[in-house]
Amino acid sequence: MAPHELRRPFKRPAISDQQRRRDLALIRQTQQRSDSQNRARRLASSLFDLPSHSFPDACQADFPDNVDVGYAIALEQSPELEASSPTVRHLDFVQASKLKGSAARHWFARQLMLTEWMIDVPPNLDRDWYVFARPAGKRCFVVSSNGSTVSRLRNGSVLHHFPSSLPNGARTKEISAPSHVYCILDCIFHEPDQTYYVIDMVCWRGYSLYDCSAEFRFFWLNSKLSETGACNPPSTYHRYRFSVVPIYDCNRIGLHKAYTGGFAFVKDGLLFYNRHAHYQTGNTPLALVWKDELCSQYVLDTDSEGHVPAEQQVVLELQDDGKLTTSDDPPILFGCLEKEIIQKAGNFLRFSVIDECVRIVDGKLELGDLKFVGKANRARAFADSYSKVFFQYTARHSPLQFQDLIASLDPNLDENSESNDMEMID
Amino acid sequence: MAMEITQILLNAQSIDAASRKHAEESLKQFQDQNFPSFLLSLSGELANNEKPVDSRKLAGLILKNTLDAKEQHRKNELAQRWLSLDASVKAQVKACLLQTLSSPVPDARSTASQVIAKIAGIELPQKQWPELIGILLSNIHQLQPHVKQATLETLGYLCEEVSPEVADQDQVNKILTAVVQGMNASEGNNDVRLAATRALYNALGFAQANFSNDMERDYIMRVVCEATLSPEVKIRQAAFECLVAISTTYYDKLASYMQDIFNITAKAVREDEEPVALQAIEFWSSICDEEIDILDEYGSDFTADSDIHCFYFIKQALPALVPMLLETLLKQEEGQDQDEGAWNIAMAGGTCLGLVARTVGDDIVPLVMPFIEENITKPDWRQREAATYAFGSILEGPSPEKLTPIVNVALNFMLTALMKDPNDHVKDTTAWTLGRIFEFMHGSTVETSVITRENCHQILTVLLQSMKDVPNVAEKACGALYFLVQGYEDSGSASPLSPFFHDIIQALLSVTHRDDAGESRLRTAAYESLNEVVRCSTEETAPTVMQLVPVIMMELHQTLEAQKLSMDEREKQNELQGLLCGCLQVIIQKLGSAESSKYAFMQYADQLMELFLRVFACRNATVHEEAMLAIGALAYAAGQNFVKYMQGFYPYLEMGLQNFEEYQVCAITVGVVGDICRALEEKILPFCDGIMTHLLKDLSSNLLHRSVKPPIFSCFGDIALAIGENFEKYLIYAMPMLQSAAELSAHAATVDDEMLEYTNQLRNGILEAYSGIFQGFKNSPKTQLLMPFAPHILQFLDSLYNEKDMDDVVMKAAIGVLGDLADTLGTNAGPLINQSVSSKDFLEECLSSDDHLIKESADWAKLAITRAISG
Repeated sequence: MAPHELRRPFKRPAISDQQRRRDLALIRQTQQRSDSQNRARRLASSLFDLPSHSFPDACQADFPDNVDVGYAIALEQSPELEASSPTVRHLDFVQASKLKGSAARHWFARQLMLTEWMIDVPPNLDRDWYVFARPAGKRCFVVSSNGSTVSRLRNGSVLHHFPSSLPNGARTKEISAPSHVYCILDCIFHEPDQTYYVIDMVCWRGYSLYDCSAEFRFFWLNSKLSETGACNPPSTYHRYRFSVVPIYDCNRIGLHKAYTGGFAFVKDGLLFYNRHAHYQTGNTPLALVWKDELCSQYVLDTDSEGHVPAEQQVVLELQDDGKLTTSDDPPILFGCLEKEIIQKAGNFLRFSVIDECVRIVDGKLELGDLKFVGKANRARAFADSYSKVFFQYTARHSPLQFQDLIASLDPNLDENSESNDMEMID
Repeated sequence: MAMEITQILLNAQSIDAASRKHAEESLKQFQDQNFPSFLLSLSGELANNEKPVDSRKLAGLILKNTLDAKEQHRKNELAQRWLSLDASVKAQVKACLLQTLSSPVPDARSTASQVIAKIAGIELPQKQWPELIGILLSNIHQLQPHVKQATLETLGYLCEEVSPEVADQDQVNKILTAVVQGMNASEGNNDVRLAATRALYNALGFAQANFSNDMERDYIMRVVCEATLSPEVKIRQAAFECLVAISTTYYDKLASYMQDIFNITAKAVREDEEPVALQAIEFWSSICDEEIDILDEYGSDFTADSDIHCFYFIKQALPALVPMLLETLLKQEEGQDQDEGAWNIAMAGGTCLGLVARTVGDDIVPLVMPFIEENITKPDWRQREAATYAFGSILEGPSPEKLTPIVNVALNFMLTALMKDPNDHVKDTTAWTLGRIFEFMHGSTVETSVITRENCHQILTVLLQSMKDVPNVAEKACGALYFLVQGYEDSGSASPLSPFFHDIIQALLSVTHRDDAGESRLRTAAYESLNEVVRCSTEETAPTVMQLVPVIMMELHQTLEAQKLSMDEREKQNELQGLLCGCLQVIIQKLGSAESSKYAFMQYADQLMELFLRVFACRNATVHEEAMLAIGALAYAAGQNFVKYMQGFYPYLEMGLQNFEEYQVCAITVGVVGDICRALEEKILPFCDGIMTHLLKDLSSNLLHRSVKPPIFSCFGDIALAIGENFEKYLIYAMPMLQSAAELSAHAATVDDEMLEYTNQLRNGILEAYSGIFQGFKNSPKTQLLMPFAPHILQFLDSLYNEKDMDDVVMKAAIGVLGDLADTLGTNAGPLINQSVSSKDFLEECLSSDDHLIKESADWAKLAITRAISG
């Protein structure tokens, strides 16, 4: 039995560079395997709707033909997938987050779920709907990824670029989440207290909530957001506070709380969300907004100076053939421009409504002749929706009142009973 | 034959190659024709005192080799062969061996004792040869010292071969009593005492119960400590080795002996011969190891059920320990920096000082600073070097707050010393110390770096200059640069290194071309630093890295052109190819992963692949490994375009998958298959039959190192994810293998940490396979094919949850599989999922986990299950 070796490494790093290369390669492989897994897990659920016709060619050029997008491209090129899967035209968020400039604006402008304006009270308001006060402010998408957080307005332009405590929302020393993780929140930025009020959760830690009911999304939002510290006061790595808005069942009590209750924010109307509805990009009748003077300073649309114009104004999109349409899908036709006035198709134009010409036929609004005011603000990415035009019209003439909402509730329904609520699966 | 065996054994050691070869063949023939008779001849030869010592020794050695091999599979075969022999043959061999223990020839005795231990290692676990220990113990009471000595040596080897569970406590007590008595000062014969001391070293693992008994432990410790004072140096050394082993095995039992041990070790360090002094220092180093581990454990997750307790021995010994270690630093040997194998008291003392600093942190600083201040400017180089080494040693451990003011003052001094000190030894240590400063006091994790934009330029100038110094100093300067650069890894686009980037690369390339770059591993250090420079390059400096590509490719090309090399030159060439492939791998990964550089870089892909394929033609494992890793990175960068290289590369891929011998290469090749799957996706399909065949063969082979098996399972998942429902035809092979591996790993008897770690790696691989298969089949009309496997998989998840011994990685993978199963099978699996424990309790536990990766997977699983159950 010979003496035992006791030599220790001397003036040597604890680990050789060769071992480091091996380790790094293993880390890379593990990371990429987990990326592939995550991609696969998201395939059917968290890809964004991206109608190919609305995707400008310019931004295709932003993607080199490589493996990252190879996957998205392969999907697009594969005919049998196209036939069988509704997700064919989808582009992964991760790739979209690499978009820059106008391509990014264009893309993000189409991701928000847009509420319709409440023209009449939907049936079963108390069974199937939630109500909550809408904070006054700028509606925006907040995306945390790659160690930073970006908020984008409805038109896709960037509002803030900032560090936050959202997963992967800041470059801090502690790793808060793996690199591929991202979150997307539907928010309203409330200027007076510099707070992002989160009104919906779209993606959380890379997992999509698109195909989940509002009920589940709100549950997830309320349980997950505060865990991250995003609701804490601002600090170095967390520039803006996030906050949730109290959401009520749309019964008598809930409606009253939302309507008359005091909140940390300035109210701008009430939002109604159907609890079974999935998150859907674009306009949806399953999420509604309603306002009156008591709960909003902005019931009637203002012009660029902030004044309420004497006549109702609408912004419509001018199509190639001269048709003037709303932002709805499919668009609603509200008029037609004669050829000589057409300057450039695709522009958003502002018109005054001539009350005398307006007619309501079978519950449908027809505007009749319109008075051309001018081009809409350059930042506009959308025309007005049909429901907005309709709501603005009734608001000026025979508004839908809070009493109407209360009256629509089923008097037989016990307000304290939860028995009609859908059970949440735990 | 028996008559000739002596001559054959002697011929086998002849200097004449022909007669040696002939003898070896005869032995082989004899063994093949009649194995029992072969063994009897050999054991007879070994036992026969009339025979020459050389033939007896070789006979014993061959005997030993028929019983044991390094490779586990072979080892099992040999054990089985021995056990299946006729009982009378075994008895005769054993009798001869035991008889040899009394031989007057020391070499014969020693050989016999080793063979006896090997047989014991095979038979005792089978409850055979029960009388062995009794026979050996009765030998101890013999009066002849040489029999005693041989018997103790046998007991020592036996304890090394046999695991403690095999012996019953009564036998253990008797063995220990015999050994400790043999060590006692009253034992007059030094050979006996030495053999006993060495035997104790191996027997310590058996002494668990005895060390828990105060009286017995006191006695053993007293005898060991006394043996450290023996007049015989070998006994003192062996006794200190025992102390070192005790310090790790019985750390928690040492408190009452520490004062005495300190006195003994201090005396040895100051006065004894070097081999003894080195062991005495090693005692303190290993106490540091223990306490660092325990304190790490405290820091990470010290929970109520954690029973390790830190006694803070080092903290208590500090005031006396540090001066003792500082003294050793002055005992340097000339030229120790040029000698790869050097290990002396100054090196051991300095290393121990570094460990002490890591153990106690801030407390060491005031004890070392006066020594540094007093010696660092002395005319004697030994004093300057010792002071510098002391400084470098304490840079890891103390807090930045404590060190920053000191380092701020010292930095300039060090830079000047590296340029101006007349002594190479001092410069070597200075450059090393600078590297340590950059490693621990600079970088994104350090609150305020000691490196500023202002001094960065000066530091670089000094380092680049120093890279032209003698090889050992230049090597340390490269090492320092490595850590300087590493500190800027996360600095983003505005790296302060950017303006000097080109100069740094040029300087490193010049180092690789130095004629003496082969000395002191200088060339390796230069390439390693170059790799780090590449890793830390930014978008701004990427063009410079791009220029490096053709340069390194040309170097690699040249090594492939070289012909008619001597063995020695070939070895050096291989080493260089390994370095170049490693460097290319780093470059590929860097440039290939960034959108901005990928396009321009990929123009080199064809040439790179050609070079790598030529490298594969060289037979050298390390180079293969590096080239394989480089190809993996290239595949990732090339994406679907990689398909054009597949035809040429596939044969080497196959070769790698069949390389059982160099299993590292096999493991890396398996990983690269994963890379290629992700790159090619369904385009890998034409190669899948071949790949799957090899992977399945690998899995069923006993020859392949077990560590490769978990990655193979993961690789199944990679393949399934890439080819989707086309994986259908492999299901009938892969699923049963996964299933049986899952059963095995779910209830593996996890005796030790190492086994548990392996079991968890295996579980993770299996789970990754399931994930890939489920996700691969998602949205396919064939998902029903997976239904039959769902009950078993859910059962596997349930049992993982119930076993409670999975690690975080497994937990994450397991809960992910639950989500994948729900996601792919949808409402069909709803009832099954509802029944399983894992879908409720396990999911709940994961949802409330602190580990964000587990939580993330659990969130996903919950969503998928919600959808599956609610339809």
